[in-house]
Amino acid sequence: MFDTILIANRGEIACRVIRSAQAMGLRCVAVHSDVDAGAAHVAMADTAISLGGAAPADSYLRGDAIIAAAEATGAQAIHPGYGFLSENPDFVEAVEAAGLTFIGPSAKAIRAMGLKDAAKALMEKAGVPVVPGYHGEDQDPARLAQEAERIGYPVMIKAVAGGGGKGMRLVERPEEFADALASAQSEARGAFGNDAVLVEKFVQQPRHIEVQVFGDGNRAVHLFERDCSLQRRHQKVIEEAPAPGMTPQMRAAMGEAAVRAAEAIGYSGAGTVEFIVDGSGGLRSDGFWFMEMNTRLQVEHPVTEAITGVDLVEWQIRVAAGEPLPARQEDLRINGHAFEARLYAEDVPKGFLPATGRLSHLKFPEGVRADSGVRAGDEISPWYDPMIAKLIVHGPTRDVALKRLARAIETCEVAGTVTNLAFLGRLARHAGFAAGEVDTGLIARDIDALTAVPEVSDAVVAEAALALLGLLGPGDAVQGVHLWTPVDRKFDLEQGETAHAATVEVLSRDQRRVTVNGSQILATRVDGQWRFDGQAGHGCITTGHDVTVFADYGQRFTMVDPLERALDASGGSDLVEAPMPGLVRMVTARVGEAVTRGDRLAVLEAMKMEHALQAPRDGIVAEVLVAEGDQVAAGAAVIRLEEETDAPEV
Amino acid sequence: MKIQSQAIPSSDAFKANTKGHLEALEVIRAAAEQAAAGGGEKARERHLSRGKMLPRDRVANLLDPGSPFLEIGATAAHGLYDGVAPAAGVIAGIGRVEGREVMVVCNDATVKGGTYYPMTVKKHLRAQEIAEENHLPCIYLVDSGGANLPNQDEVFPDRDHFGRIFYNQARMSAKGIAQIAVVMGSCTAGGAYVPAMSDVTIIVREQGTIFLAGPPLVKAATGEVVSVEDLGGGDVHTRLSGVADYLAEDDAHALALARRAVRSLVGPENAPFLALPGGADPAYDPAEILGVVPADLRTPYDIREVIARVVDGSWFDEFKPRFGETLVCGFAEVMGVQVGIIANNGVLFSEAAQKGSHFIELCSKRRIPLVFLQNITGFMVGRKYENEGIARHGAKMVTAVASTSVPKITLLVGGSFGAGNYGMAGRAYQPRFLWSWPNSRISVMGGEQAAGVLATVKRDGIERKGGTWSAEEEAEFKRPTVEMFERQAHPLYASARLWDDGCIDPRKTRDILALSLSAALNAPIEETRFGVFRM
Repeated sequence: MFDTILIANRGEIACRVIRSAQAMGLRCVAVHSDVDAGAAHVAMADTAISLGGAAPADSYLRGDAIIAAAEATGAQAIHPGYGFLSENPDFVEAVEAAGLTFIGPSAKAIRAMGLKDAAKALMEKAGVPVVPGYHGEDQDPARLAQEAERIGYPVMIKAVAGGGGKGMRLVERPEEFADALASAQSEARGAFGNDAVLVEKFVQQPRHIEVQVFGDGNRAVHLFERDCSLQRRHQKVIEEAPAPGMTPQMRAAMGEAAVRAAEAIGYSGAGTVEFIVDGSGGLRSDGFWFMEMNTRLQVEHPVTEAITGVDLVEWQIRVAAGEPLPARQEDLRINGHAFEARLYAEDVPKGFLPATGRLSHLKFPEGVRADSGVRAGDEISPWYDPMIAKLIVHGPTRDVALKRLARAIETCEVAGTVTNLAFLGRLARHAGFAAGEVDTGLIARDIDALTAVPEVSDAVVAEAALALLGLLGPGDAVQGVHLWTPVDRKFDLEQGETAHAATVEVLSRDQRRVTVNGSQILATRVDGQWRFDGQAGHGCITTGHDVTVFADYGQRFTMVDPLERALDASGGSDLVEAPMPGLVRMVTARVGEAVTRGDRLAVLEAMKMEHALQAPRDGIVAEVLVAEGDQVAAGAAVIRLEEETDAPEV
Repeated sequence: MKIQSQAIPSSDAFKANTKGHLEALEVIRAAAEQAAAGGGEKARERHLSRGKMLPRDRVANLLDPGSPFLEIGATAAHGLYDGVAPAAGVIAGIGRVEGREVMVVCNDATVKGGTYYPMTVKKHLRAQEIAEENHLPCIYLVDSGGANLPNQDEVFPDRDHFGRIFYNQARMSAKGIAQIAVVMGSCTAGGAYVPAMSDVTIIVREQGTIFLAGPPLVKAATGEVVSVEDLGGGDVHTRLSGVADYLAEDDAHALALARRAVRSLVGPENAPFLALPGGADPAYDPAEILGVVPADLRTPYDIREVIARVVDGSWFDEFKPRFGETLVCGFAEVMGVQVGIIANNGVLFSEAAQKGSHFIELCSKRRIPLVFLQNITGFMVGRKYENEGIARHGAKMVTAVASTSVPKITLLVGGSFGAGNYGMAGRAYQPRFLWSWPNSRISVMGGEQAAGVLATVKRDGIERKGGTWSAEEEAEFKRPTVEMFERQAHPLYASARLWDDGCIDPRKTRDILALSLSAALNAPIEETRFGVFRM
């Protein structure tokens, strides 16, 4: 067994790996970028080594620097986590060449699964069912269209080298094929430098069910399935294990297929075999097809841990250290049901825009596993994935587990950034989901209801209003004293696009009257606790002109600071700003160029989506303030237009 | 020791008193409500339609949330000028900005364009006087057309008229009492000097204007045609003239800038901004004041019942309790601030006056602020008292009150008649604050007595000429005098003319006293030098 390992990752997964490794008595070495120098994973580790700049290419993707860090700190093995270098076979080879152990599969196994078409061919040979499709090398658009006809519409175009939804297009009718192909190819080229695509049958009411496998290079076992059907634009939102409606026969068939897949490539360590499942007529043993194999630990691995009692990271380390598989297939049992919800800093009403911000408060509910890489006071930076935590719950039945999930989401307290808690909460309370009617289209079908801005009660606005004015504090005996006419404070609380008009009257040290949207709420302090029309307040956290009330998944309000508003008024309209943190993919605007309102000036990529930044008005481009490849924060100035003049000067 | 109240809240007298006070209170409350409404609904709507905040909202947005507001002259000009100048068209009072007590003077443009009536000038000057005496930074929220022209003779020429405003600004600025102006509307003619004389001036874009003469007068004088904005708008004054220092986008921005200006002020020399350490609540509910004080001024009662409902823990260290018993003197704390209380418990005799003088000397030496609870019909009259020199003893007390340097705060809790008013720190004796209860009455003597004096003189004249004067004729003669005294002695009459700083709800006496003390303690307490005491 090793005595020191290096974790070549950041965030929640680095913390999670460190936790298991330290529990095994190992010393842990963290690596970090400049902006992560004070991050949670660095604090948890026994030693930390700085890698360089914030951009992943300057830090977490620098294999040479990571290997050097391992050598400098005496680490004998490197755990890659997920993402970054976890599925990079060249890195695996470099690690091994340095005489270190890579905690994960061999370079060969990664390569075998890395290109989707080759992987499918391989799996087909190994007797694993695959979706009908075209995986040929002939990328002539006519040939691809012809293959699409053969497979039968609807079809899916996918980038061969893709992952995570990039370079993927659904085509429902033949006449849309050419456009979709071009766009998929261009996206693939941008993302992977490889525009080869494959065409596949599009499965109706598809479910995404994956099987956790674990190999030691020869043999493999499976740790049952996970259902990851709740997805939004191919991003998993809530995962569960086992899959609802799963039959023992089908589980056995899928498990065997997954083990076959793993053994076919001599897989070592934790891996996941993803299947697409036809959910249209209940689960059938002949209704699942191999999609791809992820040769790493998955984000959603904790649900498997919850139902099997296995610590997958511990297994990874033990197997990498040369131990045999820690369990035989017949030793593995499913116990109860588990869910995982991914809590993100994102602005759901604004189309799930990734958000940033300093977490002024972060409190997870008791009795819930919360895998997180941030603490209260930490910054959600624009450089990395804006995940705050994964909330994992377990229960004896799916029903109980789901109720625990809903409650965990409701009682989770996050302040300082917007979150997707309300969206997660609605999903957890979704009737169809509760009934086990899951498929990958569920979220898209009900997106409006799931993302609707929560109705906020006047009492919550009242609490926010008092918090923003600093009127929930101890105060003094003469607070609010006046002769005959009170000096009421009237102001607007902004909540996204909505403004709530509030009037606050301080009646005494322990009593305020708040008028919100025309209705009056009496706030009274009883035994040090504020009550609103008799009901206990929800509690809140205030940061500057921002407050989060922990009601309805956290309601966030802002009080306009007149000083800041005036700043905006004096010169904002000339600037085109980044609507969210992201990477500048393309700058089309050129200095001196005349543009008309709506022209695309630049393209920002964030969360795998491309956002066009348009000219807010007709004008001349005065300045381009970013370069392609720059990472920008939300609100960063991207383009400046020349100042408007009413009339030419004479 | 702790005062033991003898009051029985369930008694008929208690209930009757409460009822009587509530009726008196309602009269004041209605007047205050009318005053706070400013120039009426139409004028308010017109004001709002220009994107301006209403004056009270301006004050609210300037002050810290939850700040107390010790309003001065809330019912000034009540019943004057045919009722067209509610609150005299200006709001004034002490509030907290950035945790610091400041004097706010805010014109109400909904009242005759914020022009200055005689009482407007008097209220503005009184606010400045309070600021100067207590070292409170001044913030002027200006929105005024200047002097009210039909009243120019009572506004412009005299010492305590319009010009005194700027004189005060200069004098206060010299003393290090910050002068901050926020120009949120017109600032014309003489008014232009409010921002021009300030240490820091903020002006609202396309809303605030400052000029010595407006466009019509300019055209008449020189023929020049110029727009309001080009003549003296925010842009001109912050970019070209330098009359104003900061350009604000709107009222809210301007008020935020004013708050920021206060943040940069240095603190008062001697004290924390807020000199209220806090103290135990009184053992008796201050609201019971309405029940323990007789509704009828002529009914005697023990003033200690009031003290018990004002001071911390109802704790009162009475001085010389066995001597000159009609004047109650003693030490107590109000929200943690030590005070010397001087309260009437009947007519003033020589002993009481000597005791009062002694106590004032004591507090002056110790620099303890004085609180006067005034309910006084006067010094005792008659041969015995004149012969023993009550005028001499009374003069001692008046000398002590006039000379002391400690802050004095006077509350009219009952009658305020004759020389008793002087000995108990009436307006002429420059208490830092003077507040009146709704049941209080003030006049040189009682109406009956005054009418009696006049009637005696008249009767003497008639009888000297051998005529006769019937009792009916005498009553008819006395009636108008009695009525005039009644009308003029009412606290609303007094407040309308700023003889006091305002009527207060007796139940808020403790709070208002505490705020008055807190304001007063912004200024250091100087050493007292007394005049000659006629021993």
